Amino acid sequence: MADDRMERLRREGRIAIVGASLAGLRAAETLRAEGFTGELTLIGDEPYEPYDRPPLSKGVLMGLASPEHTDLPQRWEIDAKWRLGVAATGLDLPGRRVLLADGDDVEYDRLLIATGTRARPWPNEAEAALDGVLVLRTRDDAVRLQQRLKAGPRRVFVIGAGFAGCEIASACREKGIAVTVAERAGAPLVGALGGVIGAVSADLMTENGVDLRTHVTVTALEGDSVGRVRAVHLSDESVVEADVVVVSLGSLRNTEWLTGSGLGAGPRGIACDAGCRAFDFRGIVTDDVFVAGDVARSPHALFGYQFLSLEHWGNAVAQAETAAHNMICLPADRRPHLWMPAFWSSQFGVNIKSVGVPPMGDDLMIVQGSLAERRFVGVYGHQGRMVAAVSFDNTRWLEFYQRQIERGAPFPVEFPTVDRRPEGRQPVAADFPDPSLPTHAPGVTLSGYSPADQQLVFTPARH
Amino acid sequence: MRLVVDLNKCQGYAQCAFLAPDVFVMHGEEALAYDPRPDAEQRERVARAVAACPVQAITADGLDAPSVRAETAEGGAVPATVTPREVVTVEARDGR
Repeated sequence: MADDRMERLRREGRIAIVGASLAGLRAAETLRAEGFTGELTLIGDEPYEPYDRPPLSKGVLMGLASPEHTDLPQRWEIDAKWRLGVAATGLDLPGRRVLLADGDDVEYDRLLIATGTRARPWPNEAEAALDGVLVLRTRDDAVRLQQRLKAGPRRVFVIGAGFAGCEIASACREKGIAVTVAERAGAPLVGALGGVIGAVSADLMTENGVDLRTHVTVTALEGDSVGRVRAVHLSDESVVEADVVVVSLGSLRNTEWLTGSGLGAGPRGIACDAGCRAFDFRGIVTDDVFVAGDVARSPHALFGYQFLSLEHWGNAVAQAETAAHNMICLPADRRPHLWMPAFWSSQFGVNIKSVGVPPMGDDLMIVQGSLAERRFVGVYGHQGRMVAAVSFDNTRWLEFYQRQIERGAPFPVEFPTVDRRPEGRQPVAADFPDPSLPTHAPGVTLSGYSPADQQLVFTPARH
Repeated sequence: MRLVVDLNKCQGYAQCAFLAPDVFVMHGEEALAYDPRPDAEQRERVARAVAACPVQAITADGLDAPSVRAETAEGGAVPATVTPREVVTVEARDGR
């Protein structure tokens, strides 16, 4: 009976995917590859076919690629109805319909939500509207930023030293453009990698001629008489003249369109189970609504069943494939999304890669190489276990550490390693910021309850 | 021709940068930068790079022109009529 229903769904069902970027595309391909022959609709608010975003802050700014030409290769003929340039504005959960901005609607038997995130805008709207104030997330953003950089600005000011901010600063320096980076924390990348590694990044930036300002916030953007940005005011009362300001303050999850729909969606994303099925607002899992990519938040068995939101390229691919598989299979054949978190960044000629969940770590050991040489592997530990590793120009070792993390290897690291230095014999505090304080681009957000660890630690927010 | 590199998999062996230097560039010692939509005349070189990648991190479409036709690319005469959706490599799933 259930078999018959699934067979019919696979043959002539209707599947809608909201979000036509990496996760949406990979899900569509997987559905077809696994034999779904029904009606497939892809809905995207941008007017473009799925394109890749990581090059926008790297190869594109370096002049190696055009911002208009980062379209993703398609691994499978997906034969979909494309609704591009039309945002989804609502979800009728009982009626199984997605409502669109143009007044149309799309009915579905299975829905995948992959609406991702958008750049967090500068909070002061009048200042954000000044000519020369930009963000970088989409292809159109990249076109604008590239034009500004080509015009030879006197100084670029980057607000926020997360990965994107650092990559933008790196591209500016490569083009010989003066650049200032302001960061609220004590160093770049502290939300993602902690203060010890952040200090390495700070040295790297300073050595490459970046004017790095830490422990400061931007208090105002000043425009000239014709509405062009001309200066940035900082909390230490200094003023920096700049004709381009890039706001790089992380991202906001695109869940507003689901307000009132009954799904468990909010600013932290859409909660789903390990099988990618969305929770409704009661915390009860749905059977026909699935989530994947940056907008999803799902429990990970390896990390104490905490709900992880992973704004990582590889997560979008893996979660989309799992969601697509689970959408069209019998319950017994469902797979959990157990992807090992991983990301990369390249800046100032250094390749930074990570596996696991660094912000979960309390302590850090440099197990190979040295911080001073900026070629090393660092391992993060939490409650006696290895939970993450980071490499600077040492990527070939990372897979080994990934296997260790998967096996719950002990921390401090007990085995001998190649190129271990005296500094790597003892763990040091990884120095992550207080999680109740805002960081610009944590990359990973830890939240939710863990059945394995019922301790509740109350950290008062500081305003 | 469109391509994407899974930079989680990439380990900086630089085979692609050697085989198709106008498309793939090493940035520092192990970071890779690339042009996601290379010119058609790069097809043969990109195909070699895809095949040579030790960790199979490169996915490209539009590479299905047989090598005989690609030879005529020396004269720049390969028409861009290959179906863009034909897939050459499918990344290995990680099996979990």
